[in-house]
Amino acid sequence: MNLTLKVWRQRDAQDEGHFVTYPAHDISEDMSFLEMLDVVNEGLITKGEEPIAFDSDCREGICGTCSLVINGRAHGGQRATTACQLHMRHFSDGQTITIEPWRARPFPVVRDLIVDRGAFDRVIQSGGYISASTGGTPDANTLPVGKPTADMAMDAAQCIGCGACVAACKNASAMLFVAAKVSHLGMLPQGAVEKDARVLSMVRAMDEEGFGNCTVTGACEAVCPKEIGLDFISRLNRDYLSAVAKSTC
Amino acid sequence: MNIYKAIFLSSLGKKYIMGVTGLALFGFVIGHMLGNLQIFLGPEKINAYGALLKSMPKLLWMARLGLLACVGLHLWAAIQLVRQNRKARPSAYKVVDHSGSSFASRTMIWSGLIVLAFIIFHLFDFTITPEYTGKDSEGRHDIFRMVVLGFSNPLSAGWYIFANALLCFHLSHGVKSLFQSLGLSSGKWRGWFNTLAISVAWLVFVGNASIPVAVLLGFGKEALK
Ligand code: FES
Repeated sequence: MNLTLKVWRQRDAQDEGHFVTYPAHDISEDMSFLEMLDVVNEGLITKGEEPIAFDSDCREGICGTCSLVINGRAHGGQRATTACQLHMRHFSDGQTITIEPWRARPFPVVRDLIVDRGAFDRVIQSGGYISASTGGTPDANTLPVGKPTADMAMDAAQCIGCGACVAACKNASAMLFVAAKVSHLGMLPQGAVEKDARVLSMVRAMDEEGFGNCTVTGACEAVCPKEIGLDFISRLNRDYLSAVAKSTC
Repeated sequence: MNIYKAIFLSSLGKKYIMGVTGLALFGFVIGHMLGNLQIFLGPEKINAYGALLKSMPKLLWMARLGLLACVGLHLWAAIQLVRQNRKARPSAYKVVDHSGSSFASRTMIWSGLIVLAFIIFHLFDFTITPEYTGKDSEGRHDIFRMVVLGFSNPLSAGWYIFANALLCFHLSHGVKSLFQSLGLSSGKWRGWFNTLAISVAWLVFVGNASIPVAVLLGFGKEALK
């Protein structure tokens, strides 16, 4: 198939940035979106032009490094799919595709489609871990965890920290990310001990990074490649409220 | 932990303020609608209801000041949140696909501000500087006649219906979001709250709009003679 790409090019965080149009010829519909970009880049390199900079690592949907807004939707808008797992068969021959980076103040553009997601790391550093060493993997059922709780914690733990929630939210809010981390740790016995301190400092870190606020539009859960839902944001609101209440009484 | 900081300065805290004040204002909207619907029971009932409210000035003023505080806080939090949200995305997407979020959810500030403008107008129109101050046969403020007179003007009636349509829009997202912001909306409750929000939003619209529509269709004409 043949496509027209409108790609966001930007030298660095200070540069204004602009769209450049590139043709993409002879693309197989079995290629992933990133493989398609590889083909375009090879062409650019052969011509002596600067290739399009984009992020990727695992290319199997588990690391959360790829980060493209494709036709206005983070990761391209296919249900439960990262950009690296998005296949060209979802596009039609002759289509024009626009590609933009994640856009949010806490995610400055490094170059073209690559953004710096260090803000997420700093939110994690503020409390998104368990500070006591709990040893290696415990034997099964030494520490009983109810099935519904285990399932829900597992759902939250699926978050790969890609930032699509921030990218899709009209307010660039990181609530879904923080909610997933707070829930996944707080619901399990090892993490429950520091639950209150964790939620208070992670929310403070999230605010300090300059993310926006949740207005419950649901745009985040619609693009989340791991299908993390708004329920976790409700849980985060509840956890924070109870932590504030406990720390003041 | 400083509670002022945790609530008034944090992102989540401001949403609690939005939610709690929103709930109070929503309660008022329901009460106000039920009160007004007594107009369909005739002049006697609605005028007596007005006189009853006036006979309890302390309670009335407490409610008024409470509502004013809620409106103030709701508006303050909304402006803070919107400013932060705009700042969080300094460069806009050139192509945006909104499938995944509802139109109502993305336009809350606009539906809210227009409804606020309407409320101010409406207060002046019917409470602060009413054009009509006539009394009924028992010397009570003739609310029935005032309402019929007001809504006989298609322009006033239209503005009232339009504002209520926006209020319905605002509530359809606001009511479900307040439960989310207060952390109550998980599991099966989410579905219930969503249904509740849509139903009450429509109920408020139909209830409130029914009065101007009825007047335009000739309800209460005899009162004007
Ligand atoms: S590159 Fe790892 S998730 Fe896409």
